[in-house]
Amino acid sequence: MPIRRRSAFLGLTASWMLGRSSLALAAPAAGADDPRLVVVILRGALDGMAVVTPYGDADLASWRRDLLLPEPGQAGGMRDLGGFYGLHPALAGLHDLYAAGQMTPIHAVAGHYRSRSHFDAQDYLESGADERLDTGWLNRVVSSLPWVASRVDGNGLAMGLTVPLLLRGPARVGSFAPVAGQHPDDDLYARIAALNAADPVTGAAFRNGLKARGFSDDVLGGGAPRAPDGRRPGAFAVLADAAGRILADPHGPRVAALEAGGWDTHAAQKGRLNAPLAQLDAGLAALRRALGPAWGRTVVLVMTEFGRTVRMNGTGGTDHGTGTVAFLLGGPVAGGRVRGTWPGLRPDQLFENRDLAPTTDLRAVASGVLRDHLGLNRAALKRVFPGSPVTPENGLLQA
Amino acid sequence: MQRSAALTGFGWGRRGNAPLPDDPRGWLRAQLAAPDAAIFSGLGDSADGLVALRRQRRDRMPGDPLVKPLFAAEVAAQLDALLLTEQPFRERLAWFWCNHFTVSMRQGGTRAVAGPYMREAIRPNVTARFSDLLLAVMRHPAMLLYLDNISSIGPNSRAGLRRHRGLNENLARECLELHTVSPLAGYSQADVTSFAAILTGWGVDMKADRPGFVFRPAAHEPGEKTLMGRVFPEGEEGGVQALRFLGTHPATYRHIATRMVGQFVSDTPPPRDVAHVAGVLHDTQGDLGAAAAALVDLPDAGRPGVKFRTPMDFATAAMRALGLGGAPSAPGDPHAPAHILFGGFASLGQPLWTAPLPNGWSDRAADWSAPADLLARADWSYRLAAFAPDADPLDIAHAALGPALRPATIEAIRHAGARRDGLTLLFSSPEFQRR
Repeated sequence: MPIRRRSAFLGLTASWMLGRSSLALAAPAAGADDPRLVVVILRGALDGMAVVTPYGDADLASWRRDLLLPEPGQAGGMRDLGGFYGLHPALAGLHDLYAAGQMTPIHAVAGHYRSRSHFDAQDYLESGADERLDTGWLNRVVSSLPWVASRVDGNGLAMGLTVPLLLRGPARVGSFAPVAGQHPDDDLYARIAALNAADPVTGAAFRNGLKARGFSDDVLGGGAPRAPDGRRPGAFAVLADAAGRILADPHGPRVAALEAGGWDTHAAQKGRLNAPLAQLDAGLAALRRALGPAWGRTVVLVMTEFGRTVRMNGTGGTDHGTGTVAFLLGGPVAGGRVRGTWPGLRPDQLFENRDLAPTTDLRAVASGVLRDHLGLNRAALKRVFPGSPVTPENGLLQA
Repeated sequence: MQRSAALTGFGWGRRGNAPLPDDPRGWLRAQLAAPDAAIFSGLGDSADGLVALRRQRRDRMPGDPLVKPLFAAEVAAQLDALLLTEQPFRERLAWFWCNHFTVSMRQGGTRAVAGPYMREAIRPNVTARFSDLLLAVMRHPAMLLYLDNISSIGPNSRAGLRRHRGLNENLARECLELHTVSPLAGYSQADVTSFAAILTGWGVDMKADRPGFVFRPAAHEPGEKTLMGRVFPEGEEGGVQALRFLGTHPATYRHIATRMVGQFVSDTPPPRDVAHVAGVLHDTQGDLGAAAAALVDLPDAGRPGVKFRTPMDFATAAMRALGLGGAPSAPGDPHAPAHILFGGFASLGQPLWTAPLPNGWSDRAADWSAPADLLARADWSYRLAAFAPDADPLDIAHAALGPALRPATIEAIRHAGARRDGLTLLFSSPEFQRR
């Protein structure tokens, strides 16, 4: 491994890190072909039925005629997903992946909680337990990985200024945010870190932040992310691009979490969804481009805290509901079809007379990926999702 | 209580070497008794903001040309108040309640009214009864726009039957969950729907000469409604009664007491303190001034360093420590103190009046102490220090932190090669991250 300037800097400051951290800065023991996992949280409750629309369901129009886009094949229409479902046209990149067999939507999923509060539901979605925990299930995944101790910044990486609950916990996790403008030089950073070294909150944060930034700077080379059409990328695409490049590095972390907002469409939903969906699509495309060949070893899980009411509300929007859609994409994914059991939309089939009835537990989807992609065994899965047992979904990945 | 703790724990940090109060608790209580001294002259009210918004929309003007200068003036005035206030406890309460009743500019076209909202609905009610504050908030155009109530229509109202439109639950749900009783009260989905029906017709008249709150009988759901076992009459009065009921509910007192103790005492509010403050609220019919005074008297209040500074706390304290500000900030001047502070909030992850969701910004350490958060603080401190080229870092450290300043930090500042580095070390020190 060539000694890079940043690595040398880290070596110099290692004296105040010794004894406090088992972190090694040597090249990792595991190989470059480790699997990668990215989890994208869509905060605000995505209306799954607006994005993967069951246009083949005869009852659909009776609930939300004014929210519907034209059927596949018509101008401005949905993109077909096998004759019953249509994908929102803003998700062109995702549709290409579907056609290539690398994307699968899973319909009528929900977490294991039944709350229509964003805040409760997000907490349960991220902690993955039956009771409130202050650690997230993805952090427990990181602790379960066999090669955890060898990474420059542990195995987890939160993209954005703060670490979401999903990735919080005892396992070491980095966070990354793009730097702008002037900042202290390496020597001053080192003195700031030393000044904080013994502090229970700020000590580890500065220590890991500097390591992660030094590492990220090396990997990213300060380059701005590119979009193929030359347009300026949105914030989500910038972070997704950086996540892809960091995960692609043979010495980088293997698990990352991203989040995107704009889904709480209580009013004028039809128009309002276009922009956040286009950003999501552009971000996922940027992630795939930046991962390069590592895309073939990456699974991306896109999930939201709950769905929205089947019936359009009084203001051209939808209110908080239950069942919704999740996406899996990536090289190893067995895609090209919509998964899940469609519960139907007759009044007696709705959940509490208003919501899409959930038929698949999100934890079962996540467990299937963790087992078949990251190799977690039954005991590890029980640690990751300590609540009532779920049966992992089979066949999500190519055999 | 230490003299400096009154300034850091209950306020926004010491400004330069302003005198410390001889009687910290008395000084804090006096701020609650005195009227709000913040003067916001020359700013328009929410009607002015809505007129600007209306004109922009009517003439399809690109780029917010009429709202933008109003907003710039608002930022300059309100952030100057934060930097200069001599009633920092009262000022902290105002921002606390503004965050409790979050109106975010991410949604609803609220930029024109976000500042007036704080001056009209929040500031006058910081020491009023909670139900008065609640009512002022729920009738304010900013909240009605932000949480979509302007378009919620009773399905059986005249407008609902004619236009086949109906309820939007957003405001009702967040009012129950976040503003008042909280889910601990055990309300149901039926209560949310019913409360939304109670609030139908509460809207904003954008066509009026002076746009503002309006009750629209034609959009109001007819009939009595039941909320949490109580029956409320049809009409605007039903909404007022329901808000009085929620605003004086024991579950609401417990909820807001928890939030207040969380803001001033600890990230894990001690149940004994919460019970005490909730009891004061109960005994005084929700007197927020009395509750704030009860906070001052808690045995653990003002213990220095227990609360981690949010980005807003941190940036404000750093600029106050440097004594930046004085002459009123010129709106839009990129070097004006208020503008620097505004930029600081954004680069540290807490942009002004732009919380991601209606639950507002967290005030807990776990949410603001990720690696990238702290690096952003060090970087911003370095940029800020460039605005104080003549400052003596050690003098500022002693003045700002008092007895909380640690020998290690003094040593690090002493060994700094440049004043700018010394200030960066001060603002990046563990003790400056706390209040």
